[in-house]
Amino acid sequence: MSNGRRALVAAHGDLAAGLVGAVARIAGAAAAAHLVPMSNVSLGGAEIADAMRQAVASSGATVVFTDLPAGSCTIAARRVAREVPGLAVVCGVNLPALLSFVLAPTDSATAVRDAVDKGRAAMILVEEGARGD
Amino acid sequence: MAIEVYRIDDRLIHGQVVVGWGQPLALEFIVLVDDAVAESDWEQDLYRMGVPPEMQVYFVSVAGALERFSEFAQLPSPGLLLTGDTATMRALVEGGAPIPRVSVGGVHHRAGRMPRLRYVYLSATEEADLAAIAARGVAVIAQDVPATIPVPLADVLDGHGE
Repeated sequence: MSNGRRALVAAHGDLAAGLVGAVARIAGAAAAAHLVPMSNVSLGGAEIADAMRQAVASSGATVVFTDLPAGSCTIAARRVAREVPGLAVVCGVNLPALLSFVLAPTDSATAVRDAVDKGRAAMILVEEGARGD
Repeated sequence: MAIEVYRIDDRLIHGQVVVGWGQPLALEFIVLVDDAVAESDWEQDLYRMGVPPEMQVYFVSVAGALERFSEFAQLPSPGLLLTGDTATMRALVEGGAPIPRVSVGGVHHRAGRMPRLRYVYLSATEEADLAAIAARGVAVIAQDVPATIPVPLADVLDGHGE
């Protein structure tokens, strides 16, 4: 990986670490090194924003990927984005989106848009099972 | 009763509230009681962003909540009242709001707080707030999501809740 982009992945429980670990398994440790995982476990709303602020500053992240639209990580990310010009926030993160982001040969802004498209397109009802109906 | 849950949560509106409680109880509104949020359009937009469009959110101050309490309690659909700290909930109870039961859903780690449960850390002041609420005849429990067993305040303070 030669691009210098960085992203923070902030999510509930162990999800962020799991996603970043999965990126490392699929794309390699160098690709995964573009991602910094963060959990909201045991943190209040203000503390999540503080931790995110520090993580963005220390990592140089230009984007924060979060999980739930209504989640505390997304709310914290919007607070931080208000203070950090140019910081993008994407909620609804999934593995295809992160893989697209770390492997894209483009600039960060384009990589973010492409990651959103890839993540959205990857959500497919592969088999419409009827068990339980 | 329209308001089914009275919750203290320092994250205010977040996943546990909207999804964890909102879906199983089919909540149709949230009353968010916070003086600062009630004064800020930006804060209100922030919290409203992740709420499904069919779920109404009322942003009110403590004074506003007391003034409109009977209006919220008579809404025909189920709802949840939310405060970000113990002091605000205490102010509602001591202000005369007929709240039957308070659920501590999330008061997280911060300097000066002692760990009581996985999701409840309390300072001496916050413990006094909860004791004052209970002294008014309100049942005070801790419960983060509906699937967990409610923990009575005495067990929370004894550290025997988990």
